[in-house]
Amino acid sequence: MALIAMITGFLLILIGLYGALSNRNILRMIVAFSVANTGVNMVLVAVGYMKGRTAPILDEAVPAAEAASRIIDPVPQALVLTAIVIGVGVTALMLAYAYKLYEKKGSLDISEHTELKW
Amino acid sequence: MIKRLTLLLLLAGIGSLFAGLVLTYVPDETLNLTASYYAERTAEDLGAANIVTAIIVTYRGLDTLGEVTVLFLTAAIVGLVLARGKETAGKPQRQLPPPGELLTTGTRLLLPLILLFGAYVFSHGHLTPGGGFQGGAILASAMLLLLLSNPARRFSHRLITLVESTAGISFVFIGILGILLAGGFLDNRILPTGTFGELFSAGAIPLIYTLVGLKVGAEFSSMLVSLSETEEL
Amino acid sequence: MTLSIALGLLLALAIVVLALMAVRGKRSLGISILSAGLVGLLASVMFLLLAAPDVAMTEAAIGSGLTTFLFFFVLGRVRRGEHD
Repeated sequence: MALIAMITGFLLILIGLYGALSNRNILRMIVAFSVANTGVNMVLVAVGYMKGRTAPILDEAVPAAEAASRIIDPVPQALVLTAIVIGVGVTALMLAYAYKLYEKKGSLDISEHTELKW
Repeated sequence: MIKRLTLLLLLAGIGSLFAGLVLTYVPDETLNLTASYYAERTAEDLGAANIVTAIIVTYRGLDTLGEVTVLFLTAAIVGLVLARGKETAGKPQRQLPPPGELLTTGTRLLLPLILLFGAYVFSHGHLTPGGGFQGGAILASAMLLLLLSNPARRFSHRLITLVESTAGISFVFIGILGILLAGGFLDNRILPTGTFGELFSAGAIPLIYTLVGLKVGAEFSSMLVSLSETEEL
Repeated sequence: MTLSIALGLLLALAIVVLALMAVRGKRSLGISILSAGLVGLLASVMFLLLAAPDVAMTEAAIGSGLTTFLFFFVLGRVRRGEHD
C-alpha cells in the first residue's frame, strides 16, 4: 500500500513538472504546479505508513498503554498538514500575480511578457 | 521539437532518480526513537488523545507559529497586490442579476449550521481528527457562500482584520505565558490537564487551536474577499 | 489481494489519468481546473487508506475545495485570455 502511494506520488510530481515546463498559458502552469504539490504530499505521507497498524488517535480501540505498538508514525502527518496549507497560500499568491500581469498586458501567454529577458 | 525532446530527457533523468529512491525503500518494522517518545508520553504528559494535534500545538509549536506567519503574509500581499487605486474605484460595475430565491433562503438556513460545524471541528481538535486548520477552512467556506449568494454586497475588511489580528496576538501571548508559568514556549500545562477524553482537558490545547482556527478562517476569507472585489477585465 | 490494496490500485490509476488530463493543452481551462480538483479529492481518499485522517480532512477541505474556488474566481475575471 505504501509502495503504491509512493509510486503514484512520484508520477504526479513528474506530470506536474512536465505541465509546468511545456505549457504557454500562465493559468495552466499554475494548475500543473498544484498537481505536483499534491504529489509531494502523497510521497511524504506514504513514508510514515507501517503495515498492520492504525491511525495515531488514542481511544477505546487503541488505549494509551499499548499505543507504541499499534500506531503509525505521527511526525510525517504533522509536517504534511503544514505543507498543504502553505501550498494553497502560494497558489493564491501566484493567481493574484497572474491577474495583475493580465491587467497590464492583456494576454496570459508567457511569451508576451518579455521585460525580464535580455 | 528539440525543446520537447530536451524536456522528456530531463524528466527521464529525474524519473530515474525517483526510481532509485523507490527501489531502495525499506519500510520500518517498529517506530523510530522520536515517534515512540511521542506515542508513549503524550497521554500522561499532555492529556491529549490526538497525537498529531499534540505534536503540532505543543511539541513542535514553533513550526505552527511560522506557518501562521506565512499565511498572514500571504493574505496581506494578496490584499496589497489586488488593491484598486482611487481612480478606478468609481467605475460602475456591470449589472448583475439578483440571486434566486433558492440561493438566498438556502444561505440563511445553512450559514449558522456551517459556522457551528466549523466551531465544533476546531474546538474538538484534541479528541478527534480535526483541528484549527480544517475548522478555519470550513469557516472560510461559509464566507464563500455569503459571497456567492450576494455578489453586489461590499464586505468591510475591518471586521476580518480585527478578528485576525486579535487571534494572532492572543496566540503569541499564550505562548509567552507558557514561558512564564510552565516549561517553555507554547507549553500547554498553564491550564490543568484534566481527565483524559473530556472536552475541557489537555490544558491549553483547545484554547490555542481555537485561536488558530479563527485566524486561519479570517485569513482565507480575506483572500476570497480581495479576489472577489477585483473587476472584470 | 485484499480489498484495500485493490482499492488503492484503482485510485492510483484514476489519479494518474486525471492528472494527465489536467496538464495537456488540448482541453479547455475549466476542465483542467476541475481535473486538478478531482486529483485532490481522490488523493484525500488515498490518505484515508494510508491511516492519516487529519491529513485527509485537510486535503479535502483546503487542497481540493479552496484551490478550485480560487482558480474559478480568477478564471471568471480573465475571460478573454483563456485561449492559448
